[in-house]
Amino acid sequence: MIGAVAAAEPVIPTFGGGGGRSCEQANELFCWGWVDRNWSDVLWPALRQHVELTLIAVVIGFAIAFVLALIAYRHHWAERPVTIVTTVLYTIPALALFELLVPVPGFGLSRTTAEVALVSYTLLILFRNTLTGLREVPAEVRESARGMGMTPRQSLLRVELPLALPAVIAGLRIATVTVISLATVASFVADEGLGTPIFQAINNDVFKTELIAAGGLAVALAIFADVLLVLLQRVLTPWTRVRAG
Amino acid sequence: MDLLSEALRFIARDGQIPGGPPLPSLTHLTLEHLKISLIGVMLSALLAIPLGVWLGHIRRGSFIAITIGNIGRALPSLAVLAIGVAFLGLGLLNVEVALVVLAAPPLLTNTYVAIAGVDDDLIDAARGMGMSGWQIVRKVELPLALPLLFAGLRTATLLVIATATISSLTGYSGSLGDIIANETSYHLSGVLGGAICVAVLALAVDGLLAIAQRLLTPAGLRTSSAGALADALRA
Repeated sequence: MIGAVAAAEPVIPTFGGGGGRSCEQANELFCWGWVDRNWSDVLWPALRQHVELTLIAVVIGFAIAFVLALIAYRHHWAERPVTIVTTVLYTIPALALFELLVPVPGFGLSRTTAEVALVSYTLLILFRNTLTGLREVPAEVRESARGMGMTPRQSLLRVELPLALPAVIAGLRIATVTVISLATVASFVADEGLGTPIFQAINNDVFKTELIAAGGLAVALAIFADVLLVLLQRVLTPWTRVRAG
Repeated sequence: MDLLSEALRFIARDGQIPGGPPLPSLTHLTLEHLKISLIGVMLSALLAIPLGVWLGHIRRGSFIAITIGNIGRALPSLAVLAIGVAFLGLGLLNVEVALVVLAAPPLLTNTYVAIAGVDDDLIDAARGMGMSGWQIVRKVELPLALPLLFAGLRTATLLVIATATISSLTGYSGSLGDIIANETSYHLSGVLGGAICVAVLALAVDGLLAIAQRLLTPAGLRTSSAGALADALRA
């Protein structure tokens, strides 16, 4: 038995950073050396792409949802169709949506495919939160604005939108962390973002260091973005703090 | 539309591709998906609900309960699954741990908010009637918190069903994600068929929870939450 074990040559996978490194060959839980050597070629580009994917999706999604919410705020009939369409989009499993978009002409295995799917997941949350925020502005406040001689446009820009801001930013927080989460799945079709090293590690005999490093970066990015938006809300709506305190 | 009818035929064939090798049946994968999800939801509920009820009852730890919820909501599912694979290896254990890590925090926050949000006057009245702490929890706080508590449970369940789909990307086999992640074998129509099954499963479980919520709500409180079931059925 002992002889047989000794005779069997262990199959050593060559992990991204090249051979000859015992920590990686043993696939220990976390090898700092690998992270150090692969930061600039693997992890950093993936993190940067992930941030780009997220920013583009949230900005486009917000632009679309914001306009739709303004329309629905003025014209009540628009709320139902927008809610139905965005809810259906939100219900489709992310992985399936990515794959279903691939054969659409002009999409393919590209960033466009990833972005279209990511944007579609932001719409429901951003639309609903913006609309709710606007609708919850007390009628007296709107009337006071009118009484002060503001046009409907001025009232919207100077009174209603600022008061809706906490709800809008709450929506942005959920949309942003959702996109960061789904952008890792997007790597399944777009070969970009932090999902890429995760899938690479799974296919590479479950290389633990890369799983923890890439997964950890995604977690850190999501929490960082969430905290950043909380701070943004504090800066933009100083009156909410006065009221709370 | 052609793709959709192909997908529906794929479902009607119970997940088999004509002329192809025998594949795991769609019924089997759907039940497995349901099983993984229910285990995840139950473990999360066992962990989060008693803790949330206790914190809400003593009206302490709002910062912790809410911060945990916020962090939990921010966690990317695939990243949690990936880190879980590194620590626990491929398998059901890793998937269930990831599901609990993702589903327990929102459940804790919702339970806390639901219980702590019960009107102070009602608690005082209950205490005045001579109720003990445990009686207040059981007879006053829990019934009143039920709609919000169920809202949290339903959100957590949808999250768990969606994450169970993604688990196939990190090497776990035995959920509807196996179909969705394997376009090569199942073609686009199969992927769409699998996606439809996930969506139907999610809506069905959500509907059942809405009915359970209705049955558990005491008769006197039903008028206020009667719209919930209607909402759930309309959604």
